[in-house]
Amino acid sequence: MITEPQTKKTTYFEELQERGYSRRDFMKFCTMMAAYLGLQSSGAAQVAKALETKSRLPVIWLHFQECTCCSESFIRSSHPIVADIILDKLSLDYSETLMAASGAQAEEAMQRTMKEHHGEYVLCVEGSVPYGADGVYCMIGGKTSLDILKEAAEGAKAVICWGSCASNGCVQSAKPNPTQATPIHKIIKGKPIIKVPGCPPIGEVMAGVLVHILTFGAIPELDGIGRPKAFYSKRVHDSCYRRPYYDAGLFVETFDDENAKRGYCLYKVGCKGPSTYNACGIMKWNNGTSYPIQSGHGCFGCSEEKFWDNGPIYERMPNVSGFGIESTADKVGMVALGVTAAGLAAHAVATNLRKHKIVESLIEEGKQSEQELENN
Amino acid sequence: MNASSIHSKAHLLRRVFVWELPVRVYHWLNALCILVLIGTGFIIGDPPAILSGKEASSFFWFGTVRFLHFTAAYIFFFNFAIRIYWGFVGNKYADWKNFIPTNKKYFKDMWAVLKTDIFMTAKVNHHSIGHNRLAGFIYFLTFLAFALQCLTGFGLYAATSNWWFPNLFSWVPTLFGGDFLMREVHHWAMWFFILFAVVHVYLVFYHDYVEGEGEMSSMAGGWKFIEEEKFKKSQEEDKK
Repeated sequence: MITEPQTKKTTYFEELQERGYSRRDFMKFCTMMAAYLGLQSSGAAQVAKALETKSRLPVIWLHFQECTCCSESFIRSSHPIVADIILDKLSLDYSETLMAASGAQAEEAMQRTMKEHHGEYVLCVEGSVPYGADGVYCMIGGKTSLDILKEAAEGAKAVICWGSCASNGCVQSAKPNPTQATPIHKIIKGKPIIKVPGCPPIGEVMAGVLVHILTFGAIPELDGIGRPKAFYSKRVHDSCYRRPYYDAGLFVETFDDENAKRGYCLYKVGCKGPSTYNACGIMKWNNGTSYPIQSGHGCFGCSEEKFWDNGPIYERMPNVSGFGIESTADKVGMVALGVTAAGLAAHAVATNLRKHKIVESLIEEGKQSEQELENN
Repeated sequence: MNASSIHSKAHLLRRVFVWELPVRVYHWLNALCILVLIGTGFIIGDPPAILSGKEASSFFWFGTVRFLHFTAAYIFFFNFAIRIYWGFVGNKYADWKNFIPTNKKYFKDMWAVLKTDIFMTAKVNHHSIGHNRLAGFIYFLTFLAFALQCLTGFGLYAATSNWWFPNLFSWVPTLFGGDFLMREVHHWAMWFFILFAVVHVYLVFYHDYVEGEGEMSSMAGGWKFIEEEKFKKSQEEDKK
């Protein structure tokens, strides 16, 4: 049997042509992607070349503890080619949500991809993996998600964690985390892991990550936490269109005040933009229409670890457990200051009692010297 | 009153040069920075409400407050770095061994200070001329707090800067799993500074009052006035 050489496989561009996209559409898409990836102007050509010459990347897309909002966000990204090219073509191998096959056929497709493309396929994971009760909280085809993940990750070239669930556990891992929902990086070791947090992540960001892998054959540059630097190196706050109000010290005090109507900064009503790394302020959502802050609501940091446990959404300072329900660092600090002041006052009184002789002798010594001077 | 009774009470005082100029400059610069950092920090944490009909373009006060905070932070950091250097080249009162316990005697002396000056249960006098052992150790803890504050502060600042120096701290948020917790820690640690400052100022008053050695002015001129007897005892202890 002679296997078909790799070059004979249809390329992305060919597949797109079959679908009726013009070269112009194709180049527009490549330019858009290059811009999102932060490439220089020649980057568009690099992307185009990659999509013209490379055949599709084998991908297995798994869904565990999640709501599929990542997939939803992805198929709604601004350029239709994103969904067509990346999702239709790319995830055909295995994706619970979008594949045509079901049951044993689907499982077989996954096994086949894992065998045929061993070491080449990219594993995309949506959702966290529950450890509680031996993993029964999330089972597919009679196997626990933990087993499925480990099996699929074994032959993967890289693992992409879509969304906050896979990246940091998201809502289901909020205290007390009853199912022991666990993010992927705590389970899979020794594989390149790309975290694309957000609830959901921006569709264009997801597409950008995949296009980067396609174009350069390597994972994008990651930050210390494992997020692609191209999309997660800036705070929402630092790219916010309301930032001038922050620097001017003009804040919304309540959601129904005059300042809110004027569109001032939402810092004091709990906007988590200053501690959230994401591209929302630049790429925005729904074809660049808007994003939470633009619609008058603070960012609540959905792409940050433990955002669900990180204090109230509408307040700046989180409550501190163990000091009563409404305590913040400042309230605890004030009490500590009061206690300290009381302690010092007590110490001052004690000093005058216990050290009374010493102090008196010092005073006496001084007075005598004074006398001596006067007597002269 | 005759002359002999005066003499029996009067102490012979020795002028000892304790705090060298870099130590004194460090101290006051540090105090100023901490005051500015706490003040501006509170404002940044919870800015006052301002209602105005003017355009935002005519304001920049919050940006100015942040600018002051960052400037003070830079001065604070480099001042701290110079003090660490001085801990290796300065006089014996500035030496790093004053702050970090290296032997058992350090803890024994610390206990003596606690008994003499804090619980006031014993009359045992410790013969410290520079930092007493308890103060030295507390300063060591403040140095740790300085380090924590520099790490979390510049960690928060790193993402907004293109300069290589703050970017040396860009790994810090990963320790805390993100900016949120780091911000919290930065805020909490500030309270340590406030409490420290209150206790510190009180104890300076206390020592000046009880010991009469010019504790308070020593940070201006650099010298303390030590009673001859105590000076000799201290000398003996150093020989041991």
